[in-house]
Amino acid sequence: MNTEAITFTIDGKKIEARRGDTILEAADRAGVYIPRLCWMKELLPAGVCRVCTVRVNGRPQAACTQPAAAGMVVENDTEELRQLRRDLIDMLFVEGNHFCMFCERSGNCELQALAYRFGITAPKYPFLFPRRSVDASHPDVLADGNRCIRCGRCVRASRALDGKSVFGFTGRGPQKRLAFNGPNLAATDVAAPDHAIAACPTGTLIVKRVGYKVPIGRRLYDHSPIGSEIEPPAPEK
Amino acid sequence: MSANLQEAIGPVCESFGHDRTRLLDILLAVQQRLGGIDDRAIDAVAAELAIPRVDVAGVVSFYTFLAPKTRGQLVIRLCNDLPDLMMGAEEVAAGLEAELGIRFGETTPDGRFTLEWASCIGMSDQAPAALFGDVVVPRLTPGTARRLVAELRQQPPGADLHRLLVRAYGDGANAHDLVRAAVENNLRQAGEVIFAQAEPDAGLSKALAMSPAEVIREVKTARLRGRGGAGFPTGMKWEFVRAADGPQRYLICNADEGEPGTFKDRVILTERPDLLFEGMTIAGYAIGAEHGILYLRGEYAYLRAYLEHVLARRREKGLLGKSVLGKPGFNFDIRIQMGAGAYICGEETALISSCEGLRGDPKNRPPFPAQRGYLGHPTSVNNVETLCCVPRIIQRGSGWFASIGSRRSTGTKCLSISGDCTRRGVYELPLGTTLRDVLARCGGEDAVAVQVGGPSGRLVGPEAFDREICFDDLATGGSLVVFGPGRDPLWVASQYMAFFIHESCGYCTPCRVGNVLLKERVDRILAGRGEPEDLDYLRALATTVKTASRCGLGQTSPNPVLSVLDNFRPACEARLKEPFEGRQTGFDIAAKLAEAQRLTGRKSVHFDA
Repeated sequence: MNTEAITFTIDGKKIEARRGDTILEAADRAGVYIPRLCWMKELLPAGVCRVCTVRVNGRPQAACTQPAAAGMVVENDTEELRQLRRDLIDMLFVEGNHFCMFCERSGNCELQALAYRFGITAPKYPFLFPRRSVDASHPDVLADGNRCIRCGRCVRASRALDGKSVFGFTGRGPQKRLAFNGPNLAATDVAAPDHAIAACPTGTLIVKRVGYKVPIGRRLYDHSPIGSEIEPPAPEK
Repeated sequence: MSANLQEAIGPVCESFGHDRTRLLDILLAVQQRLGGIDDRAIDAVAAELAIPRVDVAGVVSFYTFLAPKTRGQLVIRLCNDLPDLMMGAEEVAAGLEAELGIRFGETTPDGRFTLEWASCIGMSDQAPAALFGDVVVPRLTPGTARRLVAELRQQPPGADLHRLLVRAYGDGANAHDLVRAAVENNLRQAGEVIFAQAEPDAGLSKALAMSPAEVIREVKTARLRGRGGAGFPTGMKWEFVRAADGPQRYLICNADEGEPGTFKDRVILTERPDLLFEGMTIAGYAIGAEHGILYLRGEYAYLRAYLEHVLARRREKGLLGKSVLGKPGFNFDIRIQMGAGAYICGEETALISSCEGLRGDPKNRPPFPAQRGYLGHPTSVNNVETLCCVPRIIQRGSGWFASIGSRRSTGTKCLSISGDCTRRGVYELPLGTTLRDVLARCGGEDAVAVQVGGPSGRLVGPEAFDREICFDDLATGGSLVVFGPGRDPLWVASQYMAFFIHESCGYCTPCRVGNVLLKERVDRILAGRGEPEDLDYLRALATTVKTASRCGLGQTSPNPVLSVLDNFRPACEARLKEPFEGRQTGFDIAAKLAEAQRLTGRKSVHFDA
């Protein structure tokens, strides 16, 4: 493995990277937050959600899949890209049926947290109100298709981290749906402690009988916005 | 039953060596045997190949020609592309529905017929056309469609329907024993490169006397650019593949022409298969590949036996196989990979996914196919027409080729012309020909708009008719759809958005959702409920989809909307209404009332809609 250091810039800030890093990995290490949804540290990047879209020497690229290269000029926190990300987050909201007020994942949900970070109070696109199914067949795990954003984190985590293949996708285009390796979830070998369940960024995959163990108000994104785990804390006034 | 299933599926999997990467072929063969792929067949294939059933279900549900549930014995797929709709496909559909007593998307109670719509099946010059199973039935009218179905109904189960479906053979090789199709070539203009008479395999003989590097140099000097639409320099692509590390390299020919309104590859495959295979062989020699794959779109399945026959003949003649034409160390053969009804598979990385037996999702780049393509090996994916140029370049020299066309767009281009013109068909013309010249040739002088390059291209009006068809001006993979007086550009945009919604793979957010949102607003304006701000909304949304999408489909799918905004703005503005007393005109109270009444199961007391 070549670990030779390279440098490039994000919004004018000099970033050090190792050869083989993606832009997103290098940015994380440098404390620069690039918003993302379908990316997870332990998994291969997939470039699904496009929320991490940056401009590389002027060309739009997904930061999670684009390798860092010496001297590249990356734009990240620009008005154009903030608007683009707002649009993509909006699309994910209207594409599904997301009712944060009675979703168990509220406060821990990455989609909701991103909407808050971007100041979205209501989507500007019309709701599509799709018909999606809920699978409550399994004794310990619930799958609510209404909240699925097709990020594929469960699909990848089940295979890469759990050594199973519980999840996959069927259909295509707007009809693309989360699917299970069996007629229903109970017929699969999924288990509540699976990485695949924890990998879900929304409330699609929920472990039964532990709801609201952490009360609203003390959840992950209740006090600091998503991304603050990467950014250096703002200087105190 | 389950034992029967295993009996049917086991040998199919065996014939493909239980190779998971041949899943698409396996599923097509299983469907052929069983008439459809239901859940139990999916289970059986998964068990036989020892792969997750969800992966098999994922592939089955991706391709429109694979049925997740058992369909009727004969699936009738009527093409709903614009030229077909303009020539009366909807009336034909009504005739079929009336005769069979079912709606589109349904199967007759006796399980014999299923009606479905299909995206462009490559017959726009002889529309409306339908696929009856694998058999192409062009030039339908409501009357002939009804009569045909009535006659089919009279046949005993298992009868050979081909004779009924094909009354007369088309011209050229359409009448060949292994094709027997009613399809016409409609070759209106043969050019100097593809459809000219040429000495067979003279280019290949000459190429094998050169070094691979010399072949690549010749193609570069000819300034040959990819004919699929993107216009990437072919020689440069080959150089990348040749330079990439790996024990094997692959050459794939993209014969998945699915851009609505395109059919020129169909005519090339019918009339010039030897030229294509000669070009593939030269390409294989140039990049150092031993294996070539022809990815043939499922709609052209009727050409498969004929193409296999041409391949077999070439093997006998020593033009394929070990030591091609006696050249020591150069082994090259070609297999045909059938597609199964997915436009996205024309995108080169999606095409590779499909060849690997996966869902036809495009792949992330980098790595590029030239570095890591089919099964991880360096791969060159080239268009049918591009590969057909190669033997001619080698035979007649790069100087000859570069003298045709314009400086940066050398050679000829095969155009598929359909729509409101009198001489629809294929025209091979030098690149650099003006649109006006093309319209005069095809009898489309009174056009009010022309869609150049299919829906992902652009819709242009008369002010652009003096522009040139070439890579640097009006670029096109070959599709030209002519719209005459009275056609509505906004309707065109709406139809094309429906196409993209149907054909998006659904992998990335902007394409999966954005195209649906674009169509929603276009349709609202079409229905007379648009507001002035909708035009800015559409432009912003279109820009987001283009900028954020992962592959070429989503990066170009908003073009129909942008074309209308750029070139036909008055047609949009004429339909817009100012909001009335602060109320949104976009709100459709009648539709919402109907929805509420459907949900509650009773009529509104207050509104009489």
